[in-house]
Amino acid sequence: MADPILRVERLNKSFGGVVATHNLDFEVEPGEIHAVIGPNGAGKTTFVAQLSGMLKPDSGRIVFDGNDVTELSAPARSHAGLARSFQITSVFRNFTALQNVALSIQAHSGHSFRMWKPAATDAALNDPAREILEQVGLGARADILAANLAHGEQRQLEIAMALATSPKLLLLDEPTAGMGPEDTQRITEFLAGLKGTYSMLLIEHDMDTVFALADRITVLVYGRAIATGTPEAIRANDEVRAAYLGEEEAEIA
Amino acid sequence: MIDRIKLLFLIGGIVVCALVPPVAGAAGDDFYVTLFARIMIFAIAAVSLDLILGFGGMISFGHAAYLGLGAYAVGIFSFYGINDGFLQFFVAIVGSALVALVIGAICLRTRGIYFIMITLALTQMLYFLGISLEEYGGDDGLNTDRSEFIAGFDLYEEVNLYYLILGFLILCVFIMHRVINSRFGMVVRGCHANEDRMQAIGFPTFRYKLAAFVISGTMCGIAGALLANLTEFVTPEFMHWFRSGEIMIMVLVGGMGSLFGPAFGAAAYLLFEEWVPDLMEAVATGTGENWHFIFGPLLVILVLFAKQGLWGLIPDRSRRDG
Amino acid sequence: MTWLLLVEQTLNGAQFGVFLFLVSAGLTLVLGIMNVVNLAHGSLFMLGAYYAATFFGLTGSFLLALVIMVPLALISGIVIEVVALRTMYDRDHMDQVLATFGLILFFNESVRLVWGPESQPMPVPDFLDGSVEILPEAPYPVFRIVVILVGLAVGAGLYFLITRTKIGMLIRAGASNRAMVGALGVNIRLLYTLVFGLGAILAGLAGMMAGPIQSVEPGMGEDMLILAFVVIVIGGIGSIRGAVIASVLIGIVEVVGRSILPFAMANFMGEDAAQTAGPAVASMLIYVLMAAVLFFKPAGLFPAQAG
Repeated sequence: MADPILRVERLNKSFGGVVATHNLDFEVEPGEIHAVIGPNGAGKTTFVAQLSGMLKPDSGRIVFDGNDVTELSAPARSHAGLARSFQITSVFRNFTALQNVALSIQAHSGHSFRMWKPAATDAALNDPAREILEQVGLGARADILAANLAHGEQRQLEIAMALATSPKLLLLDEPTAGMGPEDTQRITEFLAGLKGTYSMLLIEHDMDTVFALADRITVLVYGRAIATGTPEAIRANDEVRAAYLGEEEAEIA
Repeated sequence: MIDRIKLLFLIGGIVVCALVPPVAGAAGDDFYVTLFARIMIFAIAAVSLDLILGFGGMISFGHAAYLGLGAYAVGIFSFYGINDGFLQFFVAIVGSALVALVIGAICLRTRGIYFIMITLALTQMLYFLGISLEEYGGDDGLNTDRSEFIAGFDLYEEVNLYYLILGFLILCVFIMHRVINSRFGMVVRGCHANEDRMQAIGFPTFRYKLAAFVISGTMCGIAGALLANLTEFVTPEFMHWFRSGEIMIMVLVGGMGSLFGPAFGAAAYLLFEEWVPDLMEAVATGTGENWHFIFGPLLVILVLFAKQGLWGLIPDRSRRDG
Repeated sequence: MTWLLLVEQTLNGAQFGVFLFLVSAGLTLVLGIMNVVNLAHGSLFMLGAYYAATFFGLTGSFLLALVIMVPLALISGIVIEVVALRTMYDRDHMDQVLATFGLILFFNESVRLVWGPESQPMPVPDFLDGSVEILPEAPYPVFRIVVILVGLAVGAGLYFLITRTKIGMLIRAGASNRAMVGALGVNIRLLYTLVFGLGAILAGLAGMMAGPIQSVEPGMGEDMLILAFVVIVIGGIGSIRGAVIASVLIGIVEVVGRSILPFAMANFMGEDAAQTAGPAVASMLIYVLMAAVLFFKPAGLFPAQAG
């Protein structure tokens, strides 16, 4: 079996007295979609922040693509092939969709101390950016300011920016956050289309999306992984039902 | 990229500046030549600040430092009888760049309120340093000669100085236009909008912000060297934090993050400073020097209600203006 | 003797540190809890001095002036908070900087209009005039000793308020996590106004005590403001403990540095060179200290902000 693309070993992080990540072991196999679910406050966002390099873990190791990246900065991890989308939409609102993606391309095309040539007409940035926009279905919206895109389109742009960094692993932090059922359906289908091409770590609230996409699921509660397994296994797991799924159902009822 | 109406305003502004000396000469009144020279110098300072403030989102409360450094580069050489303009301006540029590099490297380790307080404090340090240097006049300042460039071109000729300033202003605005729209400019603007995001897509943001900080400081250093020539006098007051505040006000009044707006903001502020006290004096004798009494609250109102600045008032057909 | 000079200057530094502490204590809380840049805090120091000088002059009683100054400073602070700052909480820092800069211009000019541009006389009150021998043959002014004692008392009072009372608990919580206080269902507006008013009284008190030592004049608050920023950067935004330690540190370094450094440097270099370089180095000392602290601890010595 191939080495995992991402391996997390005994990761720990706490804030003051609050434990956000506790002795977490975690793996993503090449080409798989590994979903992480858990109730609010389970430490999912803290986990993503540590993986992407925005938070330093208190202890533990993060091995990505065979290299220890625990000490690397966020930009360095991006260059290593780890791309992250944000839970709260954080596209550049004053840039057009095209400029947003072009900026991602630019980050991975050498240094940016190029101060004279206009970036807006730079084919080396725009051509690949346009291609990616086509890929995510925003081709016709390329020249619209990101702020004027619909919420669903902004979420798509968010993913497009991650794809534009030619990643080996996509960290998707709630890609369907705040979306209606139709948009959610669309994103789910789109991500299904990427399956196999990219390895993905999917943080998601929407259970339909998770069970439609994930090869494996890890359940996080209070910073601990209480279970990892196939969707069927997770569905059948009593501890998970007690800690999480049951609670959801109870809420709905 | 620039809207046509705004381009008209820009060209109009340059034409007005270019016409001031002949018109004033014909009227036999040099006052407006000096005033407009001053406006253009502060326009350079404000345009340079806008790179980091308006585009980069770095709220530097210390821009006057570079104004002072550039001025002292001219003043101190002049103190030793060296009036070679090339040397003076070279040192003004390199000196401002180096100081900006050091101050930027310290300040950019922080964000938000810390950044504001530290840029302010470090500039004030240079101000106190200026005061403590008795050798160069300390508190009282230093009288300076004007720069001499080549035989037959020295800045004692008012026209030479005036058009040199205008030339520098046009050059600075043009450079800024190129920089803002370049790949580098996109990174600087991206850092303003969301620095975390910029890092996540792979930009090591610190170095780009520092580079912008240095470019901005250097450009303001040139403004300082020109200011020393205009006033024939340098003083620590050039570095006082009130001066930093004034340059920020010019940027705000002109329009933050608009390329040419700050130049108009400089004009608006300095003309206000020139005319309103006269007006107040005419209404009630002896009140002219208290013009801050009106300006302070006006500034609060401007901040609250006119964030777009003057530049934002000019009709704009393409909202995608950079 | 040099040692006596050193002791005296250290005391002067500590006394200056008390002013710094009184000004920065309120400011650091405002910055920490409200996340608002308030440049006008220095104006409260100035107003405190003017109120006190005026009523001391009118009544002839320093204590009566104090009694009148406190509510006036409180009202001034609350007026600033309610009229100008309240609309600014959701604005970005740039707006806050410029608007409060506008307030400084306004207050300086108002003071100039009401009291005139020249500095106001404010003598040391009779009952605190004179000096005591702190060491044999080393007299030290009683007034300055009282300033230090008042500083200690206020520091202790603040410590009690912050650590032992419910309001203090909210203030601490607010300084480390603003969202949390909102979640507790506390009346945030009232808490803000309260903290701001407290800060105004402390700054006013500092201004009053500074009156007989410095001069009471327009713009006297600005230097204090910038030094208070240095204190807050070193101590950490929102940290009272940081403000105490950094104030005393900065006060002593500033005062002792300026008086001792030219002499000390004369030992290493020529007398003339030291007379030139000494003041220059001394004027930069505290800022270099600040830069050094930042280099090792970018969030200050006692960061109150979590996460």
